[in-house]
Amino acid sequence: MRLTVSHRTHYTYDAPVPYGLQQIRLRPKSRPGQIVEDWAIDVVGGQVEVTFEDEHANTVDLVSFAPNQTEIQITCRGTVDVENMAGVVGHQSGYVPMWLFQRSTALTKTGPLVQSLIDDVTRSDNALETLHGLSDQILNRVPYSTAQSSSELSAEDVLREGRGVCQDHAHVFITVARALGFPARYVSGYLMMDDRAEQDASHAWAEANLPGLGWVGFDISNGISPDGRYVRVATGLDYRGAAPISGMRYGNAVEDMTVSLQVQQQ
Amino acid sequence: MCTFGPMAKLPDFFDEMYGRGTEPRAPYEAYAKWFGGENNARLLEKSAEAEALFRLIGVTFNVYGDPDASERLIPFDLVPRIIAAQEWAKVARGIEQRVRALNAFLHDIYHRQEIVRAGRLPAEMLALNDAFLPEMIGMSPPGGIYTHIVGTDLVRTDDNEFYVLEDNARTPSGVSYMLENRETMLHMFPELFSKIRVQPVSQYPRSLRRSLSGCVPDACSGRPTLAVLTPGIHNSAYYEHAFLADQMSAELVEGHDLRVVDGRVAMRTTQGYHPIDVLYRRVDDDFLDPLTFNPDSMLGVPGIMDVYRAGGITIANAPGTGIADDKAIYSYMPDIVEFYTGEKAILNNVPTHRCSEPDALKYVLDNLAELVVKEVHGSGGYGMLVGPAASKKEISDFRKKLESNPDNYIAQPTLALSTVPILTEAGLAPRHVDLRPFVLVSPQGIEVTPGGLTRVALSEGSLVVNSSQGGGTKDTWVLEE
Repeated sequence: MRLTVSHRTHYTYDAPVPYGLQQIRLRPKSRPGQIVEDWAIDVVGGQVEVTFEDEHANTVDLVSFAPNQTEIQITCRGTVDVENMAGVVGHQSGYVPMWLFQRSTALTKTGPLVQSLIDDVTRSDNALETLHGLSDQILNRVPYSTAQSSSELSAEDVLREGRGVCQDHAHVFITVARALGFPARYVSGYLMMDDRAEQDASHAWAEANLPGLGWVGFDISNGISPDGRYVRVATGLDYRGAAPISGMRYGNAVEDMTVSLQVQQQ
Repeated sequence: MCTFGPMAKLPDFFDEMYGRGTEPRAPYEAYAKWFGGENNARLLEKSAEAEALFRLIGVTFNVYGDPDASERLIPFDLVPRIIAAQEWAKVARGIEQRVRALNAFLHDIYHRQEIVRAGRLPAEMLALNDAFLPEMIGMSPPGGIYTHIVGTDLVRTDDNEFYVLEDNARTPSGVSYMLENRETMLHMFPELFSKIRVQPVSQYPRSLRRSLSGCVPDACSGRPTLAVLTPGIHNSAYYEHAFLADQMSAELVEGHDLRVVDGRVAMRTTQGYHPIDVLYRRVDDDFLDPLTFNPDSMLGVPGIMDVYRAGGITIANAPGTGIADDKAIYSYMPDIVEFYTGEKAILNNVPTHRCSEPDALKYVLDNLAELVVKEVHGSGGYGMLVGPAASKKEISDFRKKLESNPDNYIAQPTLALSTVPILTEAGLAPRHVDLRPFVLVSPQGIEVTPGGLTRVALSEGSLVVNSSQGGGTKDTWVLEE
């Protein structure tokens, strides 16, 4: 499936920003099942300072604000050919040791509610079955809802709230999968929803490393493994390690953000 | 006349001036002769003079946990610690070997982790260690150097026995004392240095500059710009940061002086922003970059890790080297040296019980009164128990801490630290010492400055030499051949 993506993030500030940086992980890579035909990032109101590859092989751009801006806009456009691999991503390569994917992070800490979910998981000899079961259970406990209290909830907070978005689902899944002994990671990317061109936001899901199969994706919010409609952009131990955009700025200006995202089949 | 024998000698300890006898050992012969012709009262006056000198130049030290003494002078004792050339040669060779192994180890753990694959180091030693920085995985620092500056802590227990206590591969402090102590001695006793040929240490700042300049990033063009990053005037070692910047013609900067400009980390100058090639940072990893590490840090430079990873700046020492300072990793150092150099370690490691292991914990709990127990990630002599010097209550309090969190501790036998005499009102008196030589590492080689910082426990019988715990310092002489 050939997908075209156009993703614009527009920040506005109520006062000039004297100095600011945005770290962006918005460059999908070609890999088995995903060929990036073309991809470009355009920044208005700032410039790309450096580009490097992080420990998860994500290509990262560091963008600085032009001095005293009141707005900055980051646009990605590109075409990606995606094959349906039934969620199978393949074996780990590179230097990152497997144990790193079992470490807990601030957003994937275990608490009493996570623990009770761990206890409730139906464990089967078939790891895929166990994890699909876990995925269903999470969606059951945490129905999809965009009305949340915070944009960075830990797995425990998510279960307490009892509702959440794709990011929250992924955090709960990763936390429980790690507790069950599966290395797991967070994935940010794009999903073409079949019924519309205009998408609400970029998507997130999880991957777990299974014996024999390697990394396998689980889109908890949609109850499936990623198929030909998914563009995999960045991975990390949790949202913070794979966030499309994270930044800092000096001054007290209040930020407002609008996102416009189109994913379409060509 | 000064009397130097019979000194009130501590039994069972090797004295570096007298050995285990009453006659001065060879390296001290010339000094003992000179000392014998001196008058104790005059030397005590000199001692006061030295203190006034230190106050004047401002060598002070902040002590954490002591609100009344935010800036205290570290006491200086004017009896030098003297090491013969051939004794030093072995120490220097041992340090060089160890530092070479440390750099190879750091490269390995952030790449293929051969040492784990080979079964020589359990993966948990890395996995459970907060000082292991995932952000450094796959990153090769400019020049391949991780620990540009090392301060290996040594103790001596006998004529030919040196032990490494700590490697201090993170940000060793104290080099300014090494330099100021020598300066002071040269100033006060010029005649001694004409009688006794002592290897100089004053080249250290030049060597530091040369060594750091040997590790410039790809982006550097022309004469490298060096800077020292300090957390600011409230840091206990601020004096040293300013001193070193001045001595090696580097800029002294704080995080808020720096920005990312045109793909480099640059400092504000009157002519606009100027890029820095090598940053000797005295800010801990966690505070180095709020964009990558602790987001609340006000001390660091946002984006510096990104620039670093893109080859735009050298950070000395490299982020993530702190793992080598971990005391549990320390216990594997003999294996680490052998694994990467193919040689047996020249310097001894102190036998270390890892309290995370049940058998070791049992042994430690049964023998608390004889052991030194330290926090795995601790430094500065804080939070440790010196069994033989501790009261029953201190031991039982410590036992509770240890039992509730054994993973956090290691224990070592109490070493019979050597003594060197200090000057007291009653003449010479032996006090325990340790030694921190300073090591510079660059692609051109490893340079161990002959000498270092000798720290001395000023109260009789005390084995804790840390300046934060009331220790003093001495000039350290390595004799010419």
